[in-house]
Amino acid sequence: MSDNYEPQSAVGKWIDKRLPLISLFSGHLMQFPTPKNLNYWWTFGGILTFCLITQILTGLVLAMHYVADANLAFASVEHIMRDVNYGWLLRYMHATGASMFFIAVYIHMARSLFYGSYKEPRELIWIIGVFIFLLMVATAFMGYVLPWGQMSFWGATVITNLFSAVPFFGEAITNWLWGDYSVGSALLTRFFTLHYLMPFLIFGLVILHIWALHVPGNNNPEGIDVIKGQDTVPFHPHYVVKDVFALVVFMIVFAGFVFFSPNILGHSDNYIQANALQTPEHIVPEWYFLPFYAVLRAIPDKLGGVIAMVSAIAILAFIPWLDHSKVRSAKYRPLYKQFYWLLIFDFILLGYLGAQPATGIYLILGRLATLYYFLHFLLVMPLVGYIEKPKPLPKSISEPVLSNEEQQAKANLAT
Amino acid sequence: MYKFSLVFVFLFTSLVFAAGEMKAPMEPDWTFQGPLGKFDRAELQRGYQVYTEVCSSCHSMNLLSYRNLVQAGGPEFSEEQAKAMAAMFEVETGPNSDGEMFMRPAILSDRFVSPWKNEQEGRVANGGAYPPDLSVMVKARSGGADYVYSLILGYKDEVPEGVTLDDGVYYNIYAKNQKIAMPQVLYEDGVEYTDGTAATEVQMAKDVTAFLAWSAEPKLEERKRIGFKVIIYLIILSFLLYFTNKRIWRDTSH
Repeated sequence: MSDNYEPQSAVGKWIDKRLPLISLFSGHLMQFPTPKNLNYWWTFGGILTFCLITQILTGLVLAMHYVADANLAFASVEHIMRDVNYGWLLRYMHATGASMFFIAVYIHMARSLFYGSYKEPRELIWIIGVFIFLLMVATAFMGYVLPWGQMSFWGATVITNLFSAVPFFGEAITNWLWGDYSVGSALLTRFFTLHYLMPFLIFGLVILHIWALHVPGNNNPEGIDVIKGQDTVPFHPHYVVKDVFALVVFMIVFAGFVFFSPNILGHSDNYIQANALQTPEHIVPEWYFLPFYAVLRAIPDKLGGVIAMVSAIAILAFIPWLDHSKVRSAKYRPLYKQFYWLLIFDFILLGYLGAQPATGIYLILGRLATLYYFLHFLLVMPLVGYIEKPKPLPKSISEPVLSNEEQQAKANLAT
Repeated sequence: MYKFSLVFVFLFTSLVFAAGEMKAPMEPDWTFQGPLGKFDRAELQRGYQVYTEVCSSCHSMNLLSYRNLVQAGGPEFSEEQAKAMAAMFEVETGPNSDGEMFMRPAILSDRFVSPWKNEQEGRVANGGAYPPDLSVMVKARSGGADYVYSLILGYKDEVPEGVTLDDGVYYNIYAKNQKIAMPQVLYEDGVEYTDGTAATEVQMAKDVTAFLAWSAEPKLEERKRIGFKVIIYLIILSFLLYFTNKRIWRDTSH
């Protein structure tokens, strides 16, 4: 890979001998051998990188104008909207960008689950990914608190209060987190600093994620190992252009939200300044947290609910060992495939239920959906591996990518 | 795409459900609706008049300054007009060289003058219910402009049987539980429009709501104008990339 790059100029040679940076980029972004059969579900890695960089850049400028003080935060956000040059654009990109980030990451994770990209030898890529997701959740939650609207305040109150469920030390931990005896300026300031820090931690993990990916190389829709050369194409230009095309299509949707309905993904109550004396009728998190919120509320006990919600993410890290089937792609796993779609449906159902009041039929459905979510990973995944008879795998990815006519022609040639 | 659409379906249903058990608001045609919508200057100017002459006796608009009345994409009063409008209000400033605070007429850079010295004064004057600030009101209520418009017009003279109203509570068919602490304020010819428009209740409600929609989203016109260009640019770019991509993959079976 990297040995393919030969610096031509004297300066290039001088630098490359001391710090082979260009070799590194050339190897990993240009010549990197990539399976030629990747479909558009594989473009979300690049899209996510774009999302992260967009959030960091817009956030950087927003932070120059934002004031992290309980009395000033709300007005400072409106100052950005009204008086900062293109402040409205930066803020809407940042707020909508969070939603787009989560749409992309959920698709990215669903793709991994479908094609078995978490299996040997790619377990670490997946586990690093779970940590990235966990940091994203924390970052997005803290970011939503910063405008200090009603949902910010009460969302922060509900979530930080969860720590009081810890036995014995609950109250001490909560007060320590708040830096006070209630949610206020002290919490807002520390959320702001952490919200600024975490994207850079995510960035670091993303580098590890890509590094770990570039050791075994990409999985692919067939889920079988590729033969270098015959089955691969260089990353540039094939996947650079394909990824950028997908990214631009993604940006059209993104721009649609930013410019034409920037507030549809948020809650109107967050345009009311935080008021500790007035609880909103329904406290709902941002849409991308709703499935986990439904899990939290499905358990009648506070501590139990917190454990369930944390487990719902933590359990993902164990998937490489819960699913022991040697076949990666669900294309060749008829039974697993059905349960896979059931899980996707279950997750969306949880999201829907998270937005409903936790009473009556919604609560019953929420409990059933939570039950299935955990059973899917703890019971279905291991069992399917034993019971299922996978379809025969192709010998190479070149075999399925040839059309029937081409295969016929090849067969004719052989005889 | 399959998952995409599902995500959106549950997203929107949840938003619809979040509205709860309130009567669906009326949906008049707003000039600022749709991807190319713009504010109607005359409507915003009349709306400002309704706000100052009626609403502003109870409701503040702390996020607005008089200079905003001149800015592009808003009511676009001339600078002289806006200066004269600001000068109708007095603000406390200082201290002067004697260390005393003093009053002076408001200028363009001043915030809209609040009817109350502080929240407590507003509460006492209104039976304990503080009239909320209207700066971002249209964005702070689900239903937006439709809801605000309907609420202003939702008062009925006859209270149906079985509805009991406490002191200082009024019947309004669009309010939550049909009860609201704000009395009806708009009556026919409540203002005398300087542009000669007949001041019907519906006219005033529409004008003032449009004004509030602008105050909540003062960059709406700029946003939609830039958005339109951005989307066209991206669509053209996506076509070019599509064909570039096709060309690159032409000789690879995949």
